[in-house]
Amino acid sequence: MEVYFDNSATTQVLPEVAEQMMKIMCEDYGNPSSMHNKGLQAENYIRYARETMAKLLKVTEKELLFTSGGTESDNLAIMGAAYANARRGKHLITTQIEHPAVLQTMHHLEEQGFQVTYLPVNSFGVIRLEDLKRAMTPDTILVSIMHTNNEIGALEPIAEAGELIKKMNPFTLFHVDAVQGFGKAKIYPKRMHIDMLSISGHKIHGPKGVGLLYVGSNVKLQPILFGGGQQGNLRSGTENVPGAAGLAMAAELLYKNFDADIDYLYGLKKYFIEGLREMEGVRINGLLPDEPYGGGTAPHIVSVSFRGIRSEVLLHALEEKGIYVSAGSACSAKKPLPSATLKAIGLDKSLLESTLRFSFSILNTREEIDYTLKVLCDTMPVLRRYTRKA
Amino acid sequence: MFTAFLIKYAEIGIKGKNRYLFEDALVHQINHALKKCEGKFFVHKTQGRIFVDALTDFDYEETVEQLKKVFGISGICPVVYVEDEGFERLCETVIQYLADVYPDRNRTFKVQARRARKNYPKESMEINMDMGEAILNAYPEMTVDVHHPDILLNIEIREKIYIYSEIIPGPGGMPVGTGGKAMLLLSGGIDSPVAGYMIAKRGVKIDAVYFHAPPYTSERAKQKVVDLARIVSAYTGPIYLHVINFTDIQLYIHEKCPHEELTIIMRRYMMRIAEHIARETDCLGLITGESIGQVASQTMTSLVATNEVCELPVYRPLIGFDKQEIVEISEKIGTFETSILPFEDCCTIFVAKHPVTKPNVKVIRRHEKNLEEQIDDLVKTALETEELIIVE
Repeated sequence: MEVYFDNSATTQVLPEVAEQMMKIMCEDYGNPSSMHNKGLQAENYIRYARETMAKLLKVTEKELLFTSGGTESDNLAIMGAAYANARRGKHLITTQIEHPAVLQTMHHLEEQGFQVTYLPVNSFGVIRLEDLKRAMTPDTILVSIMHTNNEIGALEPIAEAGELIKKMNPFTLFHVDAVQGFGKAKIYPKRMHIDMLSISGHKIHGPKGVGLLYVGSNVKLQPILFGGGQQGNLRSGTENVPGAAGLAMAAELLYKNFDADIDYLYGLKKYFIEGLREMEGVRINGLLPDEPYGGGTAPHIVSVSFRGIRSEVLLHALEEKGIYVSAGSACSAKKPLPSATLKAIGLDKSLLESTLRFSFSILNTREEIDYTLKVLCDTMPVLRRYTRKA
Repeated sequence: MFTAFLIKYAEIGIKGKNRYLFEDALVHQINHALKKCEGKFFVHKTQGRIFVDALTDFDYEETVEQLKKVFGISGICPVVYVEDEGFERLCETVIQYLADVYPDRNRTFKVQARRARKNYPKESMEINMDMGEAILNAYPEMTVDVHHPDILLNIEIREKIYIYSEIIPGPGGMPVGTGGKAMLLLSGGIDSPVAGYMIAKRGVKIDAVYFHAPPYTSERAKQKVVDLARIVSAYTGPIYLHVINFTDIQLYIHEKCPHEELTIIMRRYMMRIAEHIARETDCLGLITGESIGQVASQTMTSLVATNEVCELPVYRPLIGFDKQEIVEISEKIGTFETSILPFEDCCTIFVAKHPVTKPNVKVIRRHEKNLEEQIDDLVKTALETEELIIVE
């Protein structure tokens, strides 16, 4: 049995999306900037992608940029906004648990003379609004907070944060990295006071190498790529036509049964957690779906620590049984690099290297969870028997 | 500009009646190395020297890089061939050659002519003098130094005339295949690829064995070892990599033997298994990357314990090297970057905090008795389930 529980890393492309992309690559392969009909044909796909995404996000088409992925979206949003607004101030705010695409961009800006405040999180991985309030200064030009944490699935209070930011300083821009959140929760930038929103194609059963950045019409942004001036001069480079169309189509399919699908995912998550709770030496990180919402929890991510088992070993043991998951922390014997998120939620040191992430998609089933739970039950005692003795 | 390479070899020259064997092996290795290069080449032995003639356009840099990886070559001289169109024409060519090869001509030189074709109108000494004069006239900034010239300009008169002056150092050593075959214990670390390289340099063909311990070591760790073998194979030719699943043996030792002795007992079994494969594949020895005192299992006392299980000689070319010296070679041969990729190898997963550094062989043997019940079967299974990867 092959079980793919690593959907936060990437997802399977839906067949109809792949077919559509294949057609664009092989038949309708024009350059949207070409003046002939072949170019117009390609432009129409971009138009379709824009219209579709604009509708789903309830924004206007002009406010969308196609990028090469989540990383570029985050880079463009943060660097573009910081440089374009540096005159107004040089202070930025983000959280300790952001994806490296945000954190590393922030580090880069620190080297360029910006000051960055990194908000801490509580033990469930959720920021406190008081901290945000306290961190805001008249110099704060940008706040960047992720929608859904990629490692433990914490949901951040985006709407509340947006409201607070705008109340304190209407000129402070608000960027949200929704690479994990888009498609798992309904996100409407305008209602949530979001100025910029990052989305990735391959986390939603779309293709790799394409992303989207929503940029509100009032936001001043400086490009980070220079060239032919495509996409309003903000993102030069020939549009990735099959990618953009693929992303839009995947998103469209996702929104068809949105509420039912989300319920289904929460169902899988609860079912898995119930099974895990019967095992010994297992800790579930982050909020549980049945607990009252403090910031909530994503429907598709379960972070689990297995006491006394190294995550890498368990990962490979599961792999032998056809089950694919992620290690909660990228580490190795020689260079332990425990994850920033797991550290930020104050996870016990002994568990940092014993944490796995299971992430579901609507293509997963309860049978797969039953199988995984059984494999875990069989494998854990064996792995616990052979460990490094003190 | 260059159309051929003269290959200089050092040690082969002192061989006696076997010399042709070494030369033929070198020709074979050069042919093999040049397969990866753009263009066609003809490698031939002529009057006790080896020439690589380019038959088509070729990439000079790429070709030299490949030749620098062929053991047995001590120097590579890029050669210009010209037709014999009279001595004056030859002088013009040489003057142009100097302009092309030495943009800065403020140097000393010496002409060294060799007249292999005896019907050439000038004798060697005459050529030396007349050519020298022509050069001095063309480039007044150059001066002659017959004892220690910066540029030793070789002019060889054969059917065609060969001009060369540069010697690019080769790796030295002996052509691979002239020294038999040995089994390298290849981990994912820095040392073992270097050890393999050094023994191969003495003309030895290399096979390798890697101990894989899933799920404790990952597929990527195995891929890393394959990648290392591939880098080494650029020097040694194809490597047969035997991948042995070591997990059950390791767990069994872990269960039955004192923890501090785990590594040493494990290594004894690795040596036994490596020797078994070595014998089956006609290897004449084992190669390890051990260096005295580097880690607990490489103290002299530990080496006594791991050495005693094999009868074949165990070659340890790095035995007297410091880590830094080993790192320098691994950087030179191109394995360092891959070696330092952080993956678990099977020696580190269960390692004790304080493994024995002075194991008592008698005690170790006694503790190995605890394994009697199953170990032979486990070893047999490991050997039967080996995976063979041919790396080139």
